[in-house]
Amino acid sequence: MTDRPTVWEEMPKINRDLLSPLQTTTWTYYLWVGVLSCFVAAGAGAWTYQIQTGIGQTDLHHPIFWGSYIASFVFWIGVSHSGTFISGVLRLTNAEWRRPVTRMAELMTVVALLVTTLFVFYHLGRVWRFYYLIPYPNQRELWPNFRSPLMWDATAIFTYATASTIYIYLPLIPDFALARDRIQGWRKTVYGWLAIGWHGSQAQWRTLEMAIRIITPLIVMVMISVHSIVGFDFSMALVPAWHSTIFAPYFVVGAVHSGLGMVVIGLYTLRRVYRLHEYVRTEHFEKLGKLLLVTTLLLAYMYFAEQLTVWYGQVPDHMAVQNSLLYGAYAVPFWFMVSCIYIIPLVTLVWPRFRQWPVGLMMIGLIINLGMYIERMLIIVPPLARPRLSFQWDEYFPSLIEFAILVGTLALALLLYSLAVKFVPVISIWEEKLGKKHAQEH
Amino acid sequence: MSQDPQATEEYSKTAASPYKWEMVVDLDRCSGCEACVVACHAENNIRISGEEEAAEGRAINWIRIERYWEGDYPNVKAKFLPVMCQHCDDAPCEPVCPVYASYHTPEGLNAQVYNRCIGVRYCGNNCPYVARQFNWFDPHWDEPLAEQLNPDVSVRSGGVMEKCTFCVQRIRSGKEAAHKEGRRVRDGEITPACVQSCPTSALIFGDRNDPDSRVSHLKKSRRGFHLMESLGTHPAVTYLRRLSE
Repeated sequence: MTDRPTVWEEMPKINRDLLSPLQTTTWTYYLWVGVLSCFVAAGAGAWTYQIQTGIGQTDLHHPIFWGSYIASFVFWIGVSHSGTFISGVLRLTNAEWRRPVTRMAELMTVVALLVTTLFVFYHLGRVWRFYYLIPYPNQRELWPNFRSPLMWDATAIFTYATASTIYIYLPLIPDFALARDRIQGWRKTVYGWLAIGWHGSQAQWRTLEMAIRIITPLIVMVMISVHSIVGFDFSMALVPAWHSTIFAPYFVVGAVHSGLGMVVIGLYTLRRVYRLHEYVRTEHFEKLGKLLLVTTLLLAYMYFAEQLTVWYGQVPDHMAVQNSLLYGAYAVPFWFMVSCIYIIPLVTLVWPRFRQWPVGLMMIGLIINLGMYIERMLIIVPPLARPRLSFQWDEYFPSLIEFAILVGTLALALLLYSLAVKFVPVISIWEEKLGKKHAQEH
Repeated sequence: MSQDPQATEEYSKTAASPYKWEMVVDLDRCSGCEACVVACHAENNIRISGEEEAAEGRAINWIRIERYWEGDYPNVKAKFLPVMCQHCDDAPCEPVCPVYASYHTPEGLNAQVYNRCIGVRYCGNNCPYVARQFNWFDPHWDEPLAEQLNPDVSVRSGGVMEKCTFCVQRIRSGKEAAHKEGRRVRDGEITPACVQSCPTSALIFGDRNDPDSRVSHLKKSRRGFHLMESLGTHPAVTYLRRLSE
């Protein structure tokens, strides 16, 4: 009981530490934003050029109608699962260590979802007619086709984007109120609106906790459905090696795998840049490392089940795809991918000492995400490149325009995240305080 | 609001269409000359791709002759397989289109509505026959080829999917001629460009609902099969096996 005052004495320090990215900005930040903006501008230029001249600026061709844009779409949706999985599942299971991780993961979800939507537009042959996908009333009574998995996808993503915006906003309200009280100038007004009259009464806390308790299980279910539907985009098709029942759960686990990797990268970077070592401790990296080990094993198990079934069946249509992966045209990226997402994480993360090494974990996060990006390409391209009529077999490699757009979009994601860091506290301040209080009480 | 009685009548007329179009490809007769491919290009305003685009795999062909080699040297045989849109009764391309650009006409044709297509290309992936062709760029014709465009066929812009229509413009004018005389279309009256130009008569087109038509007879042949029948797409194109096999 004697050290109760020390916890309360810590509160101003927590406020100061966690609000400081909002209040002070260094020249390196401006430089970083400037560089990112240049990349974004280059990507925007590449996209404009593609719209003006035609989607043929990609390397896509008959019969490979989908390529890097759809792969990136799947990849970024996967990244968006980081926030929901980490914060949703950990909130549900009352894992105390989640507190400094949730907010930065949720921010990733929102940014990744915005970026994901862009890839739909990059991909369209006639992007200026995108509104045909929206069910708007029109004189000809033409509606979108809800039998198409793409419409399920659009619906799911819209739901997910809405839900995850609410999900990140709810726990932000007390922090917005804090920012409103501590920050001067025009931002005070904005935070004031966003805090919607929060003054920290008992009734408000009860309502907030109830709201979070309701939305958390809902968003976890939406998350699972969203990536299942992304898997359905492929598994509903007749294409050999796509038409598989394991795709939906496999995609969900794959998304969580790369999402966790992304969270580790974000956690490491933010901790370094904003010196959050007191809040983001080795313990957090260790826990994330364990989770990554679980997803590695789970994903490897599913991948093995899928590939073994195909191999044992020896159906020629499917074998054409599998052979091209195992020792054919796509063998190099395939084995590189297998090392990146299964072998390297497995042999490193099993060591307890490794899991306590933040730099190592960050590198594993990078390797996993590189591997998962290639994995998405390999899910999409080889099956399309090996249609049943072997006369049509072909290969594909992204063009320069595609690379420019992909890099520009990555820069946009980083830029949005960097800007968000200046606007919302990257660690949920009130939850951190609550954690301190709990720790003392127990 | 399809309350307009005339429009409703018009629709029910087409809905109760007496025709079901069918093509028969006699593989024993195909010599792989590709006259059908040329005729199709001329009839249907298919964009000129040129050498470079063709090498990139972007040449558009609504009908193509696939060439497979069989046997070992020196006993090698070239086998030709003309492939066009199979106008499947259960077409995999139709349900996946998010905007209903790919739909089924009452006459069994698998139609593509160019104006509705936004180019998501899902239909192209889901067609097991790889029959669907995409316009990666806006079309162009070198002079004086632009002068020979068929006025009955719309020119497709960049970013839309297209494919064999069974020369729907010819079907339509044949039906109109028959309608004026108050009779059914006679067998052989409608010939798509590929059928018309085939020097060996390997391609036969007609009405499946007419029990006396040539396609109805040939369909029953013991040589008859459908491409990838096991997929259950129920194509409207019947192939006849080679006799030498």
